[in-house]
Amino acid sequence: MTIEEFRTETRAWLEQNCPAGMRTPMPDEERVWGGKAPVFKHPESKVWMERMVERGWTAPTWPREFGGGGLSHEQASVLTGEMRRLHCRPPLFSFGLGMLGPLLLDIGTQEQKQRYLPPIARGEIWWCQGYSEPGAGSDLANLQTRAEDQGDHYLVNGQKVWTSYAHQADWIFCLVRTDTTVKHAGISFLLFDMHSPGVEVRPIKLISGASAFCETFFDNVKVPKTQLIGEVNGGWAIAKQLLGHERAMISQLGARGAGRLPPLEDLARKFAGDENGRITDPVLRDSLARHLMNDRAFEQTSKRAMRGGDAGSGVASMLKYYGTEQNKRKLELLMKLAGSSGLGWSGEEFDDDELALCRYWLRSKGNSIEGGTSEVQLNVIAKRVLGLPD
Amino acid sequence: MSDLTREDLDLLRDTAARFFEEQLPVGSLRELRDERDETGFDRGRWREMAEMGWAGILIGEDDGGIDFGYTALGTIMEQSGRTLAASPLVSTVLLGAPLIASAGSTAQRERILSSVATGEQLLALAHEEGRRHAPHQVSTRAARHGNRFVINGSKTFVLDGHVADQFIVVARTDGEDNAPAGLSLFLVAADTPGIRCSRTTMVDGRNAANIEFEQVEIAADALVGAPERGFKVLEPVLDRARAGLAAEMLGTGLEAFDRTIEYLKVREQFGVKIGSFQALKHRAAEMYCEIELTRSATYAALAAIDADLAEVAELASVAKAKACEMIELVSNEAVQMHGGIGMTDEADIGLYLKRARVSQQILGDALYHRARYATLIGI
Repeated sequence: MTIEEFRTETRAWLEQNCPAGMRTPMPDEERVWGGKAPVFKHPESKVWMERMVERGWTAPTWPREFGGGGLSHEQASVLTGEMRRLHCRPPLFSFGLGMLGPLLLDIGTQEQKQRYLPPIARGEIWWCQGYSEPGAGSDLANLQTRAEDQGDHYLVNGQKVWTSYAHQADWIFCLVRTDTTVKHAGISFLLFDMHSPGVEVRPIKLISGASAFCETFFDNVKVPKTQLIGEVNGGWAIAKQLLGHERAMISQLGARGAGRLPPLEDLARKFAGDENGRITDPVLRDSLARHLMNDRAFEQTSKRAMRGGDAGSGVASMLKYYGTEQNKRKLELLMKLAGSSGLGWSGEEFDDDELALCRYWLRSKGNSIEGGTSEVQLNVIAKRVLGLPD
Repeated sequence: MSDLTREDLDLLRDTAARFFEEQLPVGSLRELRDERDETGFDRGRWREMAEMGWAGILIGEDDGGIDFGYTALGTIMEQSGRTLAASPLVSTVLLGAPLIASAGSTAQRERILSSVATGEQLLALAHEEGRRHAPHQVSTRAARHGNRFVINGSKTFVLDGHVADQFIVVARTDGEDNAPAGLSLFLVAADTPGIRCSRTTMVDGRNAANIEFEQVEIAADALVGAPERGFKVLEPVLDRARAGLAAEMLGTGLEAFDRTIEYLKVREQFGVKIGSFQALKHRAAEMYCEIELTRSATYAALAAIDADLAEVAELASVAKAKACEMIELVSNEAVQMHGGIGMTDEADIGLYLKRARVSQQILGDALYHRARYATLIGI
């Protein structure tokens, strides 16, 4: 099949199979995360996920034997383009799809691939990621959560923090210390069930009012050794690789925009436009144009990095740094455009866009902290790309 | 347009990089400046560039060029920007020739294009009248008298104006002083009576001139394209030239940046390399991001021109605006990070700062292009 035939077929399939309600902007609470007790807030989101799962298109490039679509990268990018054209919502959100899956495909054993990949592609397991700890933020390799070798299993003790959606997740992929005598070379990568005895989760309330992040405590959690990924004490390389994926995901924030908020131009017209939708204030207009032009150049840069295929850690850091800072600037610009109408916390006096803007503005402050702070990204660029001395 | 492969472009880039490094290094600009060279660029080197096909790189094969397109020209511009090479690439290749190629009569094309491609003839666009780029703001008038026109007015910031053999003059044959409609283009020989040309000595050591037109009489066949429709011809050529100039600015910014990073790796204070200071590292990394965004915007605009996409105007404004923002940041930081040495005439880094500001003003600065972009996308 030529790529154009694939495009035609894909377009026809999406037009027939993507329900009308799945072609509208998606509020965050309507995201489908799957898992053992999946929640489908929007009535059409279940059938949409199921159809995409059946086709393997929740994981378009994974091999078919592991529940993927078996598409080439070119075909996958056609699929993405066609979904964007029809405004199709992503059928499934998951750290399994974006992070753990690609890692397992790369270094998992055949048995691990068979065990974990298909449920990820089908959205049956909700995965969370256990990285940061109270004493290991930017200095991630300082993590202290211990996994003690008990023969056929590990005994895990310690605490993670900022574990996204830990209170809803079924399983965790987790960095643990298997050697206390060395720093980076004493870290391993474990998978385990969040319903295991000894796991306790407490959601953290954030400045935005949301509680998507948790404190997670492990007290003598038993983890079979078959659930170790890669080598014992080989976890740091995996962590870095996954951080690359995570940074790539977060960096797309700027380009994609924040969930329910309409595009920046539309909101700008609503808040500060005249009757013809023109922004008459020259300073606001200049700021808005500058922002949109940077968005465009950033989008071109992301595409170029993907085409180049050599998105090394330096490039991933650049995209993470710029994408998140750009998203923060966007929300600050929107707050300026909205004036007092952007300051609402709740109630009927503010409309949905205005209330969402205020929450997104607060949430965006975390973009340049999570997944490696902006300062850490700049350090990575200075070291890896520019070769500046320590 | 010829289809160039990735390998062709790599080869072209390597050839251009070697040519500018060896034949037109930064020192050659310094010499031209110090000797107050009358031409303002090296004619011998320009002939060599023409022999490699570069003067005719945008000109169709039927008209005597090699028709490699804008991505190829951008590759050369980027390398020329690295060594601040003085040449008529902007005036003649990016602005003059495409105007004649896109709207000139058969006679004009025959007379101009092949001799541009061989490097014999130089062109200059006599357009700007104010301090800041304002493409509609033309009060130079061309009045029709039978089958002749008489031009009166004055032009400024005419690149290579004092060495050009032919001017393409933007003059008003109708309409108010700030209207896009009513502009006409004329091909006028530089030695036509009534033209007074004074070279301006600019901060970057490169060429520009102020030109007065006083009762300059030309035949009606000097019109380039249809009368009153000049802006329709001019605007797309300006956009393409903006993208080409952005490529030169990218090269200039890259070189200033590379030299600065090298300096951070060798200069010691407090017993350590200054590049180990986080205050400098973070600023260097931010410059890197701005350079990469400029690179993306520039390459995207050049590719869009070659593919003849409808969004060329928007992309050209993004490219030029990004190039202006990037080069202002990088040239300032380059001087600062070089410390006292950056303030000396002996160090080359100051030449990059100087060229940066001039190239920012050519064909519109960041403020101009942001306002234009806002208009193009309807906000």
